[in-house]
Amino acid sequence: MEIGLGHYLTVAACLFTLGIFGIFLNRKNVIVILMSVELMLLAVNINLVAFSFYLQDLTGQVFALFVLTVAAAEAAIGLAIIVVYFRNRGSIDVDQINMMKG
Amino acid sequence: MQHLLIYAPAFPEMLLAVAAMLLLMLGAFSEDNDHNGAFIGWLSIAFMIGAATIIALQPPATQTLFNGSFVVDQFSRFLKLLILGGTAVAMLLSFDFLRQKGLMKFEYPILMLLACVGMMMMVSANDLIALYLGVELQSLALYVLAAMNRDNVRSSEAGLKYFVLGALSSGMLLYGASLIYGFTGSTSFLEIANVAQAAPPSENIGLIFGLVFLLVGLAFKISAVPFHMWTPDVYQGAPTPVTAFFAAAPKMAAMGLLLRVLGGAFPGLEQQWQQIIWFISIASMLLGAFAAIGQNNIKRLMAYSSIGHIGFALVGLAAGTTEGAQGVLVYLLIYLVMTLGTFACILAMQRGDEMIEDIDQLAGLAQNNLLLAFTLAMLMFSLAGIPPLAGFWAKVYVFWPAVQAGLYPLAVIGVIASVIGAYYYLRIVKIMFFDEPQEKFVPVSANLAIVMGAALIFIFAFAIPQLGGPIVAAAEAAANSLRL
Repeated sequence: MEIGLGHYLTVAACLFTLGIFGIFLNRKNVIVILMSVELMLLAVNINLVAFSFYLQDLTGQVFALFVLTVAAAEAAIGLAIIVVYFRNRGSIDVDQINMMKG
Repeated sequence: MQHLLIYAPAFPEMLLAVAAMLLLMLGAFSEDNDHNGAFIGWLSIAFMIGAATIIALQPPATQTLFNGSFVVDQFSRFLKLLILGGTAVAMLLSFDFLRQKGLMKFEYPILMLLACVGMMMMVSANDLIALYLGVELQSLALYVLAAMNRDNVRSSEAGLKYFVLGALSSGMLLYGASLIYGFTGSTSFLEIANVAQAAPPSENIGLIFGLVFLLVGLAFKISAVPFHMWTPDVYQGAPTPVTAFFAAAPKMAAMGLLLRVLGGAFPGLEQQWQQIIWFISIASMLLGAFAAIGQNNIKRLMAYSSIGHIGFALVGLAAGTTEGAQGVLVYLLIYLVMTLGTFACILAMQRGDEMIEDIDQLAGLAQNNLLLAFTLAMLMFSLAGIPPLAGFWAKVYVFWPAVQAGLYPLAVIGVIASVIGAYYYLRIVKIMFFDEPQEKFVPVSANLAIVMGAALIFIFAFAIPQLGGPIVAAAEAAANSLRL
């Protein structure tokens, strides 16, 4: 069977959905949220590269490179904030991030 | 030299980006103390004024740069001036607070500058890549600013929540961008517009999918319902001057980006996006009106208030006309002034070294400090939209195009929501003027007084044609340069 654009898009859509569910259903650990965000961004990259190949247009791959760079910066800042938070609370349980409500 | 002049339209952004690097070096190689932090803060304000001057001196033509991915027109100039003004005033509001809390670090003004560059990129973006990079540059700086008070649990929690939901929204926006790229074959707004107009919407399902994801991402950034859940927590937890900044500048940039994307890239899919804007506008207005009623923390209340105001501003966008876009711009300007003035008042709520955030602590303020109580009361009247203050005219400018476009339900719901919303603004006025007085606040500092005074004069003077007229004319020129 020929593997076409549709297959790549389906994989990316599945990964993206997994990422979103990872953020909302996970009740345990903030690091998992960070991983889920990463998963979403990688799903986007699969999309971009697949489109780029099928359109025979390089813009998509350039976009993917930008996304990779920004994702690295985002992960660095996310981890830094998690460290700051852990120092204050002594835990990174998602359930306990509830100082402010209403 | 001649080669450099090609980049003249982007000089303001370049100036601020280079300034941020220079100040970073200055900060890193000088002694880390309050004095140096404040010095760098004032320098950053000077650079912002410089950038605003360059923008004001630019000829009013539309220019594009970097293969059309960066556009400088009257629309982006108008919003850039708002963004620079909002950032500079938020910086001015920060000095006293930061010094007291021991947060006067040199990183603070630099992060503000970088966020400012990101926001200016956003309103000038004419390409999906430029859009994404602008949004991220802004967001990454804002996450750090929210968690700036790093020994405070609430501040770090605000930073964490903002980061998680911001990253989620960036992911959505990016997924939408990838679909749009795939189904149009280009990241340029012009090309996307051509494809969107070439075929009927029923043949452009993939593109509509991408549009919806993109709108979800942007709705997060402007904190429109149903993507508003981060707003109250972040507003409450972040240090107050940072909250003032959040309420002011990023809203301008994200709304500007929304106008640019919908007007510039999706003119062929008006029917589709208008339904979405219609829905989130109504939902934001109603939630902003109802959810704020039970709040006792004034920063939380301002968060719900900002959600409601974004709903009102979206009414103009839902009309989908040039007049509507003009209304949105006027609304943003007036909201910027009102919100900065209100936050100056909130920063003045202080006893000893402690910041007061509870609304019932404002009781009887009129007897202790009549001037502060009067200023806050007028700002509340203006936020509620009571004539002849500026907030009323802002609502007129967005509701009128909606009525002209036949969106009667939207206008009626908007008026009802603003009447309900008036309740909680007036409650603050009632508490200040008619309740038993509490302990006195400390005297208002000069920086805060200047901002309060300027905001107060503006909300009264907007109704005067000599002041309001040029502003409305500038907004009209800006809206005309946008293809809506």
